[in-house]
Amino acid sequence: MTELVVGTKKGLFLLEGEPDSGFEIRVRAFPGEPVDFAMRDSRNGRLFATVTSPFYGPKIFYNDGDPGGEWNQAHGVAVPEGGNQALERIWVIACGEGDGTLYAGGDPGVLFESHDGGASWEINAGLWEQPSRPRWQPGGGGLCLHSICTWPGDPDKLAVAVSAAGIWLTEDRGRTWRRGNEGLNPRYLPEEALADQNAGRCVHHVERAPRRPDRMFMQFHGGVYRSDDAGESWTDIGGGGLPSDFGFPLMVDPADPDSAFLIPLVADTDRVTPDGRVRVYATRDAGSTWEAHGDGLPAEHAYLTVLRQAFTRADQGERLQLYFGATSGDLFGSSNAGAAWTTVATRLPPVYSVVAT
Amino acid sequence: MGVVCVRGPIRKLAGGRAEHELAGSTVIELLQALELDHPDLRGWIIDERGVIRRHINVFVNGERGREATAVRSGDRVEVVPAITGG
Repeated sequence: MTELVVGTKKGLFLLEGEPDSGFEIRVRAFPGEPVDFAMRDSRNGRLFATVTSPFYGPKIFYNDGDPGGEWNQAHGVAVPEGGNQALERIWVIACGEGDGTLYAGGDPGVLFESHDGGASWEINAGLWEQPSRPRWQPGGGGLCLHSICTWPGDPDKLAVAVSAAGIWLTEDRGRTWRRGNEGLNPRYLPEEALADQNAGRCVHHVERAPRRPDRMFMQFHGGVYRSDDAGESWTDIGGGGLPSDFGFPLMVDPADPDSAFLIPLVADTDRVTPDGRVRVYATRDAGSTWEAHGDGLPAEHAYLTVLRQAFTRADQGERLQLYFGATSGDLFGSSNAGAAWTTVATRLPPVYSVVAT
Repeated sequence: MGVVCVRGPIRKLAGGRAEHELAGSTVIELLQALELDHPDLRGWIIDERGVIRRHINVFVNGERGREATAVRSGDRVEVVPAITGG
């Protein structure tokens, strides 16, 4: 049985089932509220939802029992008071390597840590006080810290990505950070601006290959990249059969560091699936070639937008399941690593995030 | 000293009470006093910059108010979510 935790523009949905036999919606929580991201910590079963009320601002809630009932508000989810910035949104939560450790990323380019299982959080001061921060530039979605890549077995190492402040790496548990943008080519910048590391590096999504942690894959704002040195430098892998190197969603297979999956969109000026067809592109050779998978997905007049947190996986290798949701409210799943797809749900509110457990 | 009136989730976080008599001479002072009495409310009405969130309206005796609006003894300060959505 697979559980899908789905954040939407109008609430949180929990679905249970299997791609081959269908899913059922078990719970809807936070009705009417925008749930930007939601996930379950598989270590203890705790559910998390990040909610940005248009009235009351961004919050993290957690639930240990009935997700259709009361949720608890996590504490400490705020930027320092008295400045000229406020927390705008929490984009992602990721489990850390330490006991009870979680990370949350948000706008304005902020990383939070919890060491008590997510009940209380504190800001990562090293990143917040980065001297270059005043010159960071936001992307269209704000200055969002959207990707958090832990290093299996080593809680000292972490990589995060901020749109459009690029990749940041730490090897001392977040005390100090350095950039990892070498090789990225922001084609949207004038050539004279490329030397300025503070000029926007609009990273859209980053994933680490758990079995070979120095390998990472990146969807950039125009470009797909791979790093084999833990995010220090990047190689363009955006050719080889992709219809476009623009997009947001990216997923990897934990069993195979040569595998990655993308759902390209036409371009920054037209953020829908190319040619009116919904296809997932897979590489099995670390990005040298990409193969389209569309069996079971809409094949004509389908102009879907899939957001960066709306692509997820369960299991790995031959049993790899993939799921993604679109702002159309459609949700799709595959039980065979993307070779064939089924429709998991339709007519949901616009899907912001999907996480499988 | 004034009476802060809250509703919806704010009322729930404020101990379930709709009306709170609080010390202060401006709107922001009363709202900060409300936060002090009910720490779970922190961040719901006032953001980290110390300003009232954009889609929350405050009325003092029926007139639109802002952070620095003066509050006198017996004044009613209504905290109301804006009519907005999407």
